[in-house]
Amino acid sequence: MVKVKQESNLNGQISIRNVSKKFMDAKNTEVKALHNVNLEIKAGELVAIIGPSGCGKSTFLRLISGIDNPTAGELYIDDERITGPHFTRGFAFQNPTLFPWKDVWHNVATGLEARGILKDHSADVDEYIELVGLTQFKNAFPHQLSGGMAQRVALARALVNHPKALLLDEPLGALDALTRMSMQDEILRIWNEQQMTLLFVTHDIDEAIYLGDRVVIMSANPGQIQRVIDIDIPKPRRRNDDIFFHYKKIMLDALGVNID
Amino acid sequence: MQTLKKQSALWAPVVALMITLVIHIEMPNKQLANSGYYTMLISFLTFIFAVWAISSNFKQKWCEKLSYYSLFITVVILLTLIYEIITLKEGLLPLPFFPSPVKILEAYVTDWAVLLKSVAYSMRLLILGYIIGMMLGIPSGLMLGWYKKFGYWMNPIVRIIGPIPATAWIPVILVAFPTSFSGSVFLIALSVWFPVTVMTCSGVCNLNKSYFEIARTLGADERYQLLKIALPGAAPTIFVGMFMGLGSAYATLIAAEMLGVKAGLGWYINWAQGWAEYYKLYAALGISALMCSGCTSLLFKVRDRILVWQKGTVKW
Repeated sequence: MVKVKQESNLNGQISIRNVSKKFMDAKNTEVKALHNVNLEIKAGELVAIIGPSGCGKSTFLRLISGIDNPTAGELYIDDERITGPHFTRGFAFQNPTLFPWKDVWHNVATGLEARGILKDHSADVDEYIELVGLTQFKNAFPHQLSGGMAQRVALARALVNHPKALLLDEPLGALDALTRMSMQDEILRIWNEQQMTLLFVTHDIDEAIYLGDRVVIMSANPGQIQRVIDIDIPKPRRRNDDIFFHYKKIMLDALGVNID
Repeated sequence: MQTLKKQSALWAPVVALMITLVIHIEMPNKQLANSGYYTMLISFLTFIFAVWAISSNFKQKWCEKLSYYSLFITVVILLTLIYEIITLKEGLLPLPFFPSPVKILEAYVTDWAVLLKSVAYSMRLLILGYIIGMMLGIPSGLMLGWYKKFGYWMNPIVRIIGPIPATAWIPVILVAFPTSFSGSVFLIALSVWFPVTVMTCSGVCNLNKSYFEIARTLGADERYQLLKIALPGAAPTIFVGMFMGLGSAYATLIAAEMLGVKAGLGWYINWAQGWAEYYKLYAALGISALMCSGCTSLLFKVRDRILVWQKGTVKW
């Protein structure tokens, strides 16, 4: 069992204020990936972001991580302005992008090594590899892992830094349906144990309802928040509850999909 | 039937060697050569292959190796025999340009001390130049791939100076450098530096940008990204450049030695040609081929050790 670390205790509150992001596409025309987005995320909240492709949901996550900077507006975490990437904001792509030249152990250790504290914290590496259930594979190289295993390594790699916030960009998008469902439970379990803010982008409505405390629905051209829905179902949730379908209908309506 | 086929594969080299031995001893020579050394060599090889064939019946691994290479070895032995017949035995090819294998062997036996010294000189030059070229090429390639500003000054040099064959500089270098040795080291380093720089740069530029993004979210500073992400990520491509560099280093080495340096295999080849002792020239060519393939397989070993993570993903 992983202990809750002091530093990640009850912070990770994120404010997004009037954020816009424009960039030029190949034809040199301006694209408004995000337009005037506002959102407050509570510390320790689990928020799902869903929307049609091109609605800027990945851009949104990249701005929070600090990989990209907004064209206008400001982002804050615990009242500190986000100006660039920081190890307290972990990130994982849909593609696990493990470093192919490092074995599982060294992939997970990357954050500690980069911060120069690996020597004193190498036990953490083993701890997080155990947390994602890959102790047996700690000496395996990425090409020897299945998609689900690789994604778990990517999670452990982000978690080893005890991030205040974990940002997942369609983390389960490339997995098959069964692996996906077990990974959803795994993410829930990790989120419970680590007590951090968790934001994830998804295409999958069921996944958003199953995991999210809140679901942010975005719309495209320009990328905006269309609606925020509180999912008021106690966890652990059951995928076949009536109330589950109730939320599904609300979300489909909001996304403009007609099921009647 | 199966065993007959297997045994004939195992013994084919021995039979070919014995045929060679009989023809070598019994057929009269038309050219001058000391046949004794060759008789000894062939007898020795016959003995070796006979021992190998016998022990193959007990050791599975040796048996597989010999059965696999048996055909190739036998053909090489027979081709050498044919060459001996048309040179030493029949005198069909003009001397001194096409000496018999017997005469080439004589060069190894009589001139081994000079040959060995030449190899040592060549290796010293090659290793020194290669290491310097590599040590300069990898950092300059990294910088070129990483810092756009660096390319402002570096690109013209790489684009203009790089593609000129290093050997073209020989006349200038021999004048500009205090010793022909230091000049040759410079030339070899230059010929290695170019491919290593270009391939390192390309390796860094083609690396998936997400690696750097992920590294930054994990707390990596620029130094870490450069040394722990860009460098190992580009390593497979760097090795391509190092193999290319080895080839051009070798060409430069031989050319430099032929033109200015007073020792080494290139010098030996030139010197042997000057005395019309072509059999020595062939002997030197044989050694340099061995040296070149030796260096290449050494580099392959190093690569396999360093790129162990690639195992099963990339083959070349």
